[in-house]
Amino acid sequence: MSDATEIAKPRASVFAGLRLTWTATIAGSVLLFWLVLALFGPWIAPHGEAEIISGTTFAPVGEGGLLGTDKLGRDVFSRLIYGVRTTLLLALITTVISFAFGVTLGFAAANLKGWFDIVVSRIVEAFMAFPSTLLALVVIGAFGTSITVLVLTVGLVLSTSVFRVSRALGYDIGVMDFVEAARARGEGTWWILTREILPNSMAPLIAEFGLRFTFSILFLSGLSFLGLGVQEPAADWGLMVQENVGGLFLGSSAALIPAACIASLTVSMNLLVDWFQQRQQGETVLEKIDQ
Amino acid sequence: MNDILTIKNLRVEGRPPGGSYVPIVKGVSLNVAKGEVLALIGESGSGKSTISLASMGFARPGCRIAGGEIWLNGRDIMKLSPHERHALRGDEVSYVAQSAAASFNPALRIGKQVIEAPLWHGAGDAATLTATAVDLYRKLDLPNPDTVGDKFPHQVSGGQLQRLMAAMAMSCGPDLLILDEPTTALDVTTQIEVLKAFKDIIRDQGTAAIYVTHDLAVVAQVADRILVLKNGEMVEEGPTAQILNDPKHEYTRSLMDAVRPAPHLVDHVDGSAAQAPVISARNITAGYGALTILSDVSVDVPAASVVGVIGESGCGKSTLARVVAGLTPLREGEIKLDGKVAAPGVKDRPRDTLKDCQIVFQMADTALNPRQRIGDILGRPLEFYQGLKGRARLDKVGELLELVDLPRSFASRFPGELSGGQKQRINLARALAADPKVILCDEVTSALDTVVAAGVIELLKSLKDKLGVAYMFISHDLSTVASFADEVVVLYAGRVVEKGPSKAVFSPPFHPYTKLLLSSVPEMRQGWLEGVADTGEAKAASAGSVIIGAKGCPFANRCTHVIAGTCDRVTPPLRDLPGELSVACHLDTDALPST
Repeated sequence: MSDATEIAKPRASVFAGLRLTWTATIAGSVLLFWLVLALFGPWIAPHGEAEIISGTTFAPVGEGGLLGTDKLGRDVFSRLIYGVRTTLLLALITTVISFAFGVTLGFAAANLKGWFDIVVSRIVEAFMAFPSTLLALVVIGAFGTSITVLVLTVGLVLSTSVFRVSRALGYDIGVMDFVEAARARGEGTWWILTREILPNSMAPLIAEFGLRFTFSILFLSGLSFLGLGVQEPAADWGLMVQENVGGLFLGSSAALIPAACIASLTVSMNLLVDWFQQRQQGETVLEKIDQ
Repeated sequence: MNDILTIKNLRVEGRPPGGSYVPIVKGVSLNVAKGEVLALIGESGSGKSTISLASMGFARPGCRIAGGEIWLNGRDIMKLSPHERHALRGDEVSYVAQSAAASFNPALRIGKQVIEAPLWHGAGDAATLTATAVDLYRKLDLPNPDTVGDKFPHQVSGGQLQRLMAAMAMSCGPDLLILDEPTTALDVTTQIEVLKAFKDIIRDQGTAAIYVTHDLAVVAQVADRILVLKNGEMVEEGPTAQILNDPKHEYTRSLMDAVRPAPHLVDHVDGSAAQAPVISARNITAGYGALTILSDVSVDVPAASVVGVIGESGCGKSTLARVVAGLTPLREGEIKLDGKVAAPGVKDRPRDTLKDCQIVFQMADTALNPRQRIGDILGRPLEFYQGLKGRARLDKVGELLELVDLPRSFASRFPGELSGGQKQRINLARALAADPKVILCDEVTSALDTVVAAGVIELLKSLKDKLGVAYMFISHDLSTVASFADEVVVLYAGRVVEKGPSKAVFSPPFHPYTKLLLSSVPEMRQGWLEGVADTGEAKAASAGSVIIGAKGCPFANRCTHVIAGTCDRVTPPLRDLPGELSVACHLDTDALPST
């Protein structure tokens, strides 16, 4: 027997053997920083979420609070720290909801095919054809602004693209020989979906999760900015931009700081997703250029 | 000095993603003279494709030419700028890839693609170049040379497309032609016409050529000189006759030994005494959507025996296996497994029935879930069919691994850590885990190197003796089937044209199609191609293409013995001949081809 002995690296899980690059390190640190702030915010923040600390509104950075005060004289720094909790938590919940919907329906459509697939796909396409902000405006307008409605609406809107990705993955992997082998063995649909197809679609789904998470942050911030999302006095970054946008003309940075924070969060998430996707292919673009 | 190409001490390095560079080609030197065909042979991974690409000054992404000189027409092309090198390709040197289907743009007409390179190099205007191309089509024996350029790639057959690919490569009148496994993906009957066309056009134009292949029989037909490679190093070089008849190096000899003799020359297995069939498929008709692939196919697999199913691609071999396994539902007919009628769909079959009949797929790479450990891949059928758990399951996995000659420690590995041959053994072990009565082997050795494939066949034989398991062995490799199968079924366009004991099928009288198949298997003898390509059978066969669902005899349009008015109207029934042979042909028994 002279079987060739070219041995590839072991791939225990999708996370095995992921070496960090400097972009991933920076992005990861930024995300970790916000996560820590979100977890321990109330103990770190010098003031309360809605506590008015100064008579001066739109106080500049350094005066009356570390990062100045907002339009009601509240501490921008403290609200920023409280806001990261709301922003991250809501984004997480909506993304999880969108994946629960999207992946279940997508895999079901890929596996059941036929009428189920046609009907669900057409409904999803109808949803996608509708501008998502407009859709959210209509739904929230009809049902009123509450956190539940907000989360469900955004989750539903985001689930359309998750559906498309997971349906395509389900179709692709569903025709591979190892899935056929499982079918020939007599395995049921549940086994095939959870043991054969799902583990092999983890990498693209994780990448998709990161992207949807970013979208969700932007979308929620956008809705808050329009006054349809999180309501005062709760702190949310999108809401903070909206509250303080009038201060821009007075030379206040109270609106710019939360905007920059949103940007740091989304850019970091994107960098991390890029790195993860490229690492799954073996090498990142930067490493290829270096060679 | 009339060498077109001289390569001195070529070194090419490659890099796995995230790794560092390792040598692939380690100091190979060669030269090709005008009008000469040099063959590069070796197993997969020997660096033969890499060398052929390097002779154009090209390295695949992730590879680099690390050293050496490449002289083409008296210039060292490694010293040229990338732009100058680019100008050479498609002008002085051109390349024919393995898969023509993947090399043509499906959205453009063929003629436009054939003249693309000379047009780009400014060799003439579209009208004159098209006229030259039509001339080439004629030389390549393509049907309708005047109009074939107006067709789209999907409108011509695979063999024709491969010849059109050669026309594309020759359209610029190159000094050097590189052919990388150009007939490997083709059926044997198609291979002949393509090989003949390649050989003639190379002679006709006096082009120097490099022919890359792993098939020694093909090399014997086209090459003037042979260079044997192993792991990126030159093993032996010499004229074709010397390498074939008097190989000096031990490795070359081992390559020669791995070549199986022609199907009619092997020792046939004597069909053992008639046993009760474990698979009994009766009058199966099946297909996908509106397409009917199998019509009225009946096959029996007796217990503890090997039934070989042969035929060209698209004849329904794999569909037959899928129908028996219940993956593709049958439309008409009946399947009995171990004497009991089996439901058409896998969902309606009880586990006991499923357990008895296991399927092994062709591509070991895709047949194993890359995210499961070998222990889980083998353990699942044990748990599923026999309810084994924990310690008992673990022990049994170890036994299975030993059964297929792999160490027990492999249980903790992932499929990605195994070689192709090892994966195919795991694939077999998974089927064995069910303790089946019969295993459907769908081209299990086709994707493997000759030496590794021989090992897998040996394993199949020993398992049959040890466990008494039967095989339905599907393959397009006639020699393997001839030496391994007790009985043989020949499929053509979804119909059984001949079946019977291996010895009877591979000796006269033949069905005309079986005759064509047998005579198309390349022999390792120089001059074989000329002899076979000019026979009436080969000419008739290349004139038509396979029509599935044809009225009458499906082979009528490619048969030299066709009886007008009968063969094209009436489908011939399988009729019994002496010696348990059955043949579906209208010809009288005496008139059947007998040589």
